[in-house]
Amino acid sequence: MMSELAESNRAVVDDAPPRSRWLPWRKQLLRDKKALFGLIVLAVLTLTAILAPLIAPYDPNAMDFMMMEGPSLAHPLGVDDLGRDLLSRLIHGSRISLFVGFSTVALALIAGVALGVIAGYFGGIADTIIMRYIDLQWAFPNFIIAVYLVAVFGTGLANVIVAVSLAFVDDFARIARGMVLTIKQEQYVDAARTLGASHNRIMWRHILPNATAPIIVQATVSVSYAILAEAGLSFLGLGVEADTPTWGLILADGRSFISRAWWIGVFPGLFIMITVLSINFLGDAMRDVLDVREVKAD
Amino acid sequence: MADALLEVRDLKVHFPVTRGALLQRVVGQVKAVDGVSFTVRPGEVLGLVGESGCGKTTVARSILKLVAPTSGQILFDGTDIWAMNKAEEAGLRRRMQAIFQDPYSSLNPRMKIREIVGEPFVIHESSIGRQEIDRRVRDLLDLCGLPGRIADRYPHEMSGGQRQRVGIARALALKPDLIVCDEAVSALDVSIQAQIINLLVDLKDELGLTYVFIGHDLSVVKHICDRVAVMYLGRIAEFAGSDTLFGQPLHPYTRALLDAVPVPDPAVEASTEHQVLSGEIPSPVNPPSGCVFHPRCPIAVEGCRTDVPPLQEERAGHFAACSQVRFETPTASPPSIHSPPMP
Repeated sequence: MMSELAESNRAVVDDAPPRSRWLPWRKQLLRDKKALFGLIVLAVLTLTAILAPLIAPYDPNAMDFMMMEGPSLAHPLGVDDLGRDLLSRLIHGSRISLFVGFSTVALALIAGVALGVIAGYFGGIADTIIMRYIDLQWAFPNFIIAVYLVAVFGTGLANVIVAVSLAFVDDFARIARGMVLTIKQEQYVDAARTLGASHNRIMWRHILPNATAPIIVQATVSVSYAILAEAGLSFLGLGVEADTPTWGLILADGRSFISRAWWIGVFPGLFIMITVLSINFLGDAMRDVLDVREVKAD
Repeated sequence: MADALLEVRDLKVHFPVTRGALLQRVVGQVKAVDGVSFTVRPGEVLGLVGESGCGKTTVARSILKLVAPTSGQILFDGTDIWAMNKAEEAGLRRRMQAIFQDPYSSLNPRMKIREIVGEPFVIHESSIGRQEIDRRVRDLLDLCGLPGRIADRYPHEMSGGQRQRVGIARALALKPDLIVCDEAVSALDVSIQAQIINLLVDLKDELGLTYVFIGHDLSVVKHICDRVAVMYLGRIAEFAGSDTLFGQPLHPYTRALLDAVPVPDPAVEASTEHQVLSGEIPSPVNPPSGCVFHPRCPIAVEGCRTDVPPLQEERAGHFAACSQVRFETPTASPPSIHSPPMP
């Protein structure tokens, strides 16, 4: 359709092969020893959770007559007060704990980011209404809100997930809004408006992809909080049903026997600690890597 | 086509200055643009120059419908762009495009070049399909002197000049009539600037484009523009054909600007006495009374403090907003800024 451009007017472009923008930070993440530790632990835990029925040596609810027996070859982590194998219960418990952790964060992330992006992008009345609500929620500790919501909705796994995710919405909304306010000023957003792009297109195609770094970091941190929140709710008897093996519930049971059978309380606590620690290591590393926006490549 | 492709009528853009978090009250106005009028004819390059903060970018943003004017009108092909319905606006977006200043922030870092240049088609001609879009993207890249293989790169894998070419390709995608170039070359190295300017000139000739070219580099503006408006503190100080403006400037501000351009010859430069303007550009929150230029003007008289000089046609096509200068017959030398004429 067009005639030639003078040869002198062509750009000189080197022949470097196109690089993936994700490669550098993937590499960098693996070089970080703590992040690598976190990644491996999480991978093992996830795999255990998925394959729980195959891996667990016993049925988590099968009872034996050797109640409150300490760690032995037959029961590596001991037996609880009802004669159930602790290792099997913890392995099955990882399913629920991890599921609650990841699904609440996924829900909170979707809702919070949507609210934050809309508030930041449109400003004005929408911003005022959304952010005043978020401020209100911000004033209370997340866990208190989760307790309150469970009290309203009733206990049970689904309700716990909804309650904890609602309690975490404000963190994501606040971060997303802050990012949008900055990115909204970028010239590529003006360029998209000049092209006639719709608000939806600008919000989700232009602004959000550039706001991901702090949101990802917040998500990793929140996963560990969510696991703790579920454990806490179960500990208070506001979580799942009493016979469901979750880390929080096992820990709560173990409390009564701490002087006679330390393993019932200590091992679920260790599992929670290691998981949360791994996720936090990963989150810290991601913060370090993703904060260096773009500079790496040039 | 109407006589003017774009007409700006008495454009004012004021930003409120507010104080207080809960009970906001307006404590002042930033008069970024305060009564600017000009027309752009089809096929010409209109320059808008002035120092930082004079309002030239705000004018551009109003033309692009990015900032709402406080008052005044902007007519594109006879229609007020701020009174358009959705369909008309979509039509406007296709006919008016922009090239932005900073080649590092005007391209979305998370999109490949293919997506960036193809986006206009996705928005306006979504029916044409991916393959056709890819083909057109390649044509556009080629038109802007970029090889097709960069389509799969991300902006951060390219140099400033290459990125600016991508920005130009995106602006050309919908075959617009008017392109607003907001400091389109200011952020580039001088050698790259020349390449991009030549590209803009070639494209204009080839595609019959009209440019509104905003800049502060006078040599660039002189090279590319047919007519030039000099802005100072939100108003037009002088408006004339490029040759006239650079050859026979009337307004004392224009003269000071031209005088400040360094001559690339140390000997000449050393022997030249520069008329340096005293003071800083005043704040647009609290602009001076009367002629906004009077506190810095070497030829100001008492009346300049109180009377706002209108933009007057001193001779055919040459407008200046100054009460102290008059165009005299070509035999007489233009009034010197060192010795003000007696009133």
